[in-house]
Amino acid sequence: MHRRALLTLGLLPGLLFLYLPIILLVLFSFNDARLLTGWAGFSWRWYAALWHDRALIEAALLSLQVAALAATGATLVGLAAGLALARFARFPGRAAFTAALAAPLVLPDVLIGLSLLLLFVATESAIGWPHNRGVATIVLAHVTFSLSYVAVVVQARLADTDPALEEAAADLGAPPWRVFLAVTLPLAAPALLSGWLLAFTLSLDDLVVASFVSGPGASTLPMVVFSSLHLGATPELDALATVMLAICAAALAIAGRIGVARRRRRL
Amino acid sequence: MKLWRVPVLAVPWCWLLVFLVAPLAIVVGISFAQPADGIPPYAPVLAWHDGWPILSLDPANYAVLLQDRFYLAALLRSVVVAGLSSLACLLLGYPMALAIARAPAAWRSRLLLLVILPFWTGFLLRVTAWIGLLRDDGWINGALLAVGLIHAPLRLLYTDFAMYVGIVYAYLPFMILPLYARLSKLDPALEAAAGDLGESPVGVFLRVTWPLSRPGVLAGMMLVFIPAVGEYVIPELLGGPGAQTIGRVLWTEFFDNHDWPMASAVAVALLGVLLVPAALLQRSGSRRFDDRGA
Repeated sequence: MHRRALLTLGLLPGLLFLYLPIILLVLFSFNDARLLTGWAGFSWRWYAALWHDRALIEAALLSLQVAALAATGATLVGLAAGLALARFARFPGRAAFTAALAAPLVLPDVLIGLSLLLLFVATESAIGWPHNRGVATIVLAHVTFSLSYVAVVVQARLADTDPALEEAAADLGAPPWRVFLAVTLPLAAPALLSGWLLAFTLSLDDLVVASFVSGPGASTLPMVVFSSLHLGATPELDALATVMLAICAAALAIAGRIGVARRRRRL
Repeated sequence: MKLWRVPVLAVPWCWLLVFLVAPLAIVVGISFAQPADGIPPYAPVLAWHDGWPILSLDPANYAVLLQDRFYLAALLRSVVVAGLSSLACLLLGYPMALAIARAPAAWRSRLLLLVILPFWTGFLLRVTAWIGLLRDDGWINGALLAVGLIHAPLRLLYTDFAMYVGIVYAYLPFMILPLYARLSKLDPALEAAAGDLGESPVGVFLRVTWPLSRPGVLAGMMLVFIPAVGEYVIPELLGGPGAQTIGRVLWTEFFDNHDWPMASAVAVALLGVLLVPAALLQRSGSRRFDDRGA
């Protein structure tokens, strides 16, 4: 009784606060009216408008491309960083490396964006690259702020596994690359998947850093949404949010299924 | 060190040096430059004279930063906004974290997922949802008008209230997760023992649960405070024109005034403000890179 009261009283207000705006947003993406108050009947019109909004769709495709590239890059660099932290007991500059790796987790977006833009401007005048800022510069920036998250996940995973597995493989004569491919990589695989997904969502969500390092002609989805929000929210953006929510829920459901199936196989 | 380890370490090290350390050094350098017409819009800090590098550091931007009330007020305001927001997150998040930690074991991961789920709808789209709620013709005003509590729409959007709601909404999970991690490790037998020894439920909370959860409280508050200090999007979209936080000032200096040196000086000031909470977070025991490998 006591426990149930704690559950309801503790959770209900917070969950209402978290979910009420989202529920109303989904509901009103189906409203057949321009104004937000008042229900004017069910309609798909905002989804149709979304479908025909070329600028928004192009921006979404660009964002997906950037996010996939950035997540892959961040996973590769983050794997190396996580591996070094978890498996190399001592190396020169470990404290500095740890601090540098933790910095993107606490630095504000505006600072990361400004500093990277200034870097790109400096390299452009020094070595002529990048001539045009766009996808490449956004991807580099996104890799930089998300590789730390991947490193955290990979390090945590490897710290939970026994280094003796790798030592055994090495003692049995496997060269280092073979140990890595046959033992370390499979051990780290779940962390790599969740790290990749985390980096992907961080990239898709980023407005501020992309606004700094992008050039004319390359607008990501958050940049387009932001500029239309400045003109006021429309039901079309509600429809966009609903689509994103549906994709996200579907991805979670699939991931949950895979997890359940895997646990069953292990039993 | 074994030879094959060199590239594994070199790749992330070089990446961080080129894309993190060097850019921050450039920001510090340009904060000592003067704005100039041209591309890029600042006078070079480093010049070559007869083959010798001449460094000309001009502290004028920092003098403006310290003398002009506008910048100091923005810094102070950001700290206050971030502090009150993390306090609000604590008030809302603590009961949630405690309830999840005390829920039946089978529910816990699902309840946690429920807390994190809104996170994945996209940051901007969550702000969109609040614009729809808070507008003059939005949901809250519509409901209040319909019930008859008010006769004219309340001004909710573009106020400090809207900004606080947005920040709390965006960063609440950052508070709940470390609190939950701490509270779920707390042995319920300790609370039971205190209760058996005659403490009232309030006494149990104040003397046992709260003191033992303090590291989680500190970690959660810093995790909310740190991103909230530099926040740009929420004050811009939900706060009024008066909600000049430091992130917004930096953005304006850069994008609207094209004063890159001033924007850099503001960035350095923001970095300075963040040093204390970052150190607190490091000490709170939720260090994300512990030296387990050592």
